Amino acid sequence: MSILVDKNTRVVVQGMGKAGLFHSQQCRDYGTTIVGGISPGKGGTAKDGFPQFNSVYEAVQKTGCNASMVFVPPAGAADAIMEAADAGISIIIAITEGIPVLDMSRAVRYLQGKPNCRLVGPNCPGVITPGQCKIGIMPGHIHKAGPIGVVSRSGTLTYEAVWQLSNLGLGQSTCVGIGGDPVNGTNFIDVLKLFQADPQTEAILMAGEIGGNAEENAAAYIKQYVTKPVAAFIAGQTAPPGKRMGHAGAIISGGSGAASDKIAALKAAGILVAESPADLGVTLKKAMGR
Amino acid sequence: MKIHEYQAKDLLAAAGAAIPRGIVASNVTEVLAAFDQMGGPVVLKAQVHAGGRGKGRFKDSGVDFGGVKFVTKREDLTKIAEVMFKYPLVTKQTDAEGQKVSKVLVQSAADIAREIYVAVVLDRELGVPILMACAEGGVDIEEVAAHTPEKILKVAISPETGLLSFQARRLAFELGFTGDQVGQAEKIMMALSKVFLDKDCSLAEINPLVVTPKGEVIVLDAKITFDDNALFRHPDIEKLRDETEENPAELRAAKSGLSFISLTGNIGCLVNGAGLAMSTMDIIKYHGGQPANFLDVGGGANKDQVTEALRILLGDTRVKAVLINIFGGIMKCDTIAGAVIAAFKEVKPTVPFVVRLEGTNVAEGRKMLTESGLNLTPATDLTDAAKKVVAAAGQ
Repeated sequence: MSILVDKNTRVVVQGMGKAGLFHSQQCRDYGTTIVGGISPGKGGTAKDGFPQFNSVYEAVQKTGCNASMVFVPPAGAADAIMEAADAGISIIIAITEGIPVLDMSRAVRYLQGKPNCRLVGPNCPGVITPGQCKIGIMPGHIHKAGPIGVVSRSGTLTYEAVWQLSNLGLGQSTCVGIGGDPVNGTNFIDVLKLFQADPQTEAILMAGEIGGNAEENAAAYIKQYVTKPVAAFIAGQTAPPGKRMGHAGAIISGGSGAASDKIAALKAAGILVAESPADLGVTLKKAMGR
Repeated sequence: MKIHEYQAKDLLAAAGAAIPRGIVASNVTEVLAAFDQMGGPVVLKAQVHAGGRGKGRFKDSGVDFGGVKFVTKREDLTKIAEVMFKYPLVTKQTDAEGQKVSKVLVQSAADIAREIYVAVVLDRELGVPILMACAEGGVDIEEVAAHTPEKILKVAISPETGLLSFQARRLAFELGFTGDQVGQAEKIMMALSKVFLDKDCSLAEINPLVVTPKGEVIVLDAKITFDDNALFRHPDIEKLRDETEENPAELRAAKSGLSFISLTGNIGCLVNGAGLAMSTMDIIKYHGGQPANFLDVGGGANKDQVTEALRILLGDTRVKAVLINIFGGIMKCDTIAGAVIAAFKEVKPTVPFVVRLEGTNVAEGRKMLTESGLNLTPATDLTDAAKKVVAAAGQ
């Protein structure tokens, strides 16, 4: 078992430009079933063996795809997400960085009317179930199949976490990048709920960062509902208030979002928090030994 | 992106909000002319992006007033305006050097019977903007939120319909407005929400909204910041940018597609990915060092970007050592090693460098760095890298 994506997932790619095509090839090489891409006006042609469709609706009709990976540039990305939802796609993974916040606000509200559709991201590295399915831009080779669920707001920090886990012999059930934007489709609690219910997942590593209250809410949820061991790390302990640290959502503002508050909330919920980003793997191992 | 108070008020006025009479002046002569035109007591308001202007002071000026000064007599104007234009204004939100003032808003002085706080911000949990208000204006809203959150009223705004009239009206009643002030307050709240949605703001704040003794409701001070990701569709807003208000290094980095924030330490950082970049700062601190900056070169950095990044880092004379931390995912380690080598040859740094490479094609990348003969100390993992760079900076 795993969560969100597995070997039966059939993916269509929205935005097969240079980056989209490259990552589609990488995902295909990893073993993901990529059914094709969306190129309005170029339906019926092919790009490097990927059939192109005019719309997501057409791709769903012709291929039975159930997932989409979004690389559409920021100005059209929210529309692409809503198009996928409308076409009946059940999991949309939006990689695009830089989507206007109000566009995401509208897209997320649109998706609330589609209860069988889940959006992951935007501004995220994607989702990978090692050995089965990779939808996103993460380097596949650092992952190993195993019992650890990983959920994170960051890209490269997730790679760092996975790398440390794999080196300790701890493989991963599924790794989910929920993204660095202030308004996103899937939050920590959504993923924690899935990991708690997933029989393959034995422990959970959660990497948060400054900005918002998602980690505090997750801490409260874990205390009440998650029985599996959880370890966490919060990036940005040295970040100054009022400054956006790369991610649109990584900002301490209005007196909230500081790393210290998040760490305190996690510790108060009995969660082990890594002091150093070099200790992500060992902290999880310690949590499993308790 | 931030804008000045007078620009924020202009946007609100265009959307239908009542603002006080005011004229923007760029020198003392214009201040005098504005006073004459207004014909009465005025408030001189130094236009800087930083908050806390009133309590701030003009550095080295020897005078004891801040960036907001009430003036009744024409003969006092010149001396005050000269100080404002000559000395940088230091507030709790600027650095110790302060911010040079190039524009002063000459505003007709309003008598105040009551002050209220109103703002539209994004509520991250709800995923929509909210109108928030507090019957006590002119306050530090963060303090109110921290200590008496029950005093803050909130209304969710649908991004499809905008703030609805009944929502604004209900809030106006809850804030204690009476008589025809209700309609005036409603109009201002509608304008605030309209500007927020139409212009893709991340904050639109009126603090304070005031009621005059005559019963007029007006926007006494306003602050607006914009969603940088939406500026592409607002060329009119982009024109309001004041580059003199931005940190030169941060501005330069942004122009090369780099995400850079200046900090106060002496260890420069060059990292790919925002989360890892923050974590790199954290681990430097954890091992007793102080990061000089946050720098995310992104997922697809090339030689030109790495070169520019190194120039920006080394342009800060406080930097005594640099840590390059790359987790090669899609960006391959040999590609980044090539970029670092090329950048090194061009920039010729003299401070010690510690390089930690991991991920895709790491063996090739490390080999290239070793064979380059450059003065780069390799590190095996994050902890090793942090310890080495902290030691190097301490020497």
